[in-house]
Amino acid sequence: MTDTVLPPMSLLAELTHRCPLQCPYCSNPLALEPRATELATDEWISVLDQAAEMGVLQVHFSGGEPMSRPDLPALVRHAVGLGLYTNLITSGVLLNATTFPVLVEAGLDHVQLSFQDIDTANAEHVGGMKGAQARKLEAARLVVCEGMPLTLNFVIYRENAERVPQMLEAAVAMGARRVEIAHTQYYGWGLVNRAALMPTAEQLEMTTRAVDAAREKYAGTLTIDYVTPDYYADRPKPCMGGWGRRFINITPSGRVLPCHAAETIPNVAFPNVREGMLADIWRDSPLFNMFRGTDWMPEPCRSCDEREKDWGGCRCQALALAGNAAVTDPVCALAPDHDKVVEAISSLPAEPPPFRYRRYARAMDEVG
Amino acid sequence: MTASLADNSVIRFARGVRLQHDRVRDRWIIQAPERAFIPDPVATEVLKLVDGSRTLGQIVTELAGRFTAPVDVIGRDVHVMVTDLITRQVLTA
Repeated sequence: MTDTVLPPMSLLAELTHRCPLQCPYCSNPLALEPRATELATDEWISVLDQAAEMGVLQVHFSGGEPMSRPDLPALVRHAVGLGLYTNLITSGVLLNATTFPVLVEAGLDHVQLSFQDIDTANAEHVGGMKGAQARKLEAARLVVCEGMPLTLNFVIYRENAERVPQMLEAAVAMGARRVEIAHTQYYGWGLVNRAALMPTAEQLEMTTRAVDAAREKYAGTLTIDYVTPDYYADRPKPCMGGWGRRFINITPSGRVLPCHAAETIPNVAFPNVREGMLADIWRDSPLFNMFRGTDWMPEPCRSCDEREKDWGGCRCQALALAGNAAVTDPVCALAPDHDKVVEAISSLPAEPPPFRYRRYARAMDEVG
Repeated sequence: MTASLADNSVIRFARGVRLQHDRVRDRWIIQAPERAFIPDPVATEVLKLVDGSRTLGQIVTELAGRFTAPVDVIGRDVHVMVTDLITRQVLTA
């Protein structure tokens, strides 16, 4: 198998789990890593050197809020020097007329800015930070004013699904080149809050219609990426383009993962850049080889014509829903555990329960 | 934007987009926001000539000379390709 391992295309560098926001659908793990364990600047520099050497083309600086790290401009500058395409995935609440020009000067290529909603009151209810919306709008203005390409990321869930048309109009008004209308994915905090976040089938249809209409209306002006909640699909998503095929994720403390939710996988060691070289980890570690390719697949995946398109779906979702990461993603209508998905949808409460916010350890006790 | 595309239009990459040689895989790629495209060999030759100072006409002349092909044929193909890449936010004119 090691002969056929292709180099990764893309690195998600989670510089920190610290964030001024507390979004209840955050993709970070429930066990947030404290500042004291974060990789130092020189460790990230070495990661970037190794990634470029391996063939990574794009580095996505993410978090938490990556702008919480004062060395972000230095890391961007270093990545640019290596020919890496640099993307900042940010909440925007720390992006202002003082902090942004430093990133521009460092050579940053692109900004992806997240919005919790277009309605300010609900956006700040979900993000848990008063005044955040005004800062985000100002961040968008600064990026567009500079001429840098901007992607807006609107996360869609039950309470804001009806406002997708307004979000798309706002994206055009803000001068964004791309917008992601991304339904919440149900991992980590999103899974904990699934009953509060999951839209109804009718809401999903409505958002799909809004996206289709806007694609026609704004063709050539605005590119729309649309991510659906796959619980309503009958075939699974090709999660990460296949395990260990294109994508490498590094957590604040240096753990190297095939996806940002992989730390839920039991009975396997998580390799760390502090203990090994990235190329060796990518090629040889048990974690990266666990679900690489198709050899690991059970039926019905093993004999399925789609096996090299969807790669069996998502391992973390198989674990979360079926209790076993090595089975077919229960989202697939052919999966033995598909009833778990049907059950999750049919048991949605009429009134969404309150959020459990993304917080450090103390709140961990609450979510058990 | 596309309506004004003329022989004397200076063709540029949109900010945040560039042509880059992928050393590890030995191929040319277009780096763009959150994605990379692989241009076909003809598009690659066109994009290598996009330097922010050449006009569409100069790019066509250059290619016609290099491939010893009629300027009007090359011109038509390059015009269609550049228009498409402008629509896809890769180039600006």
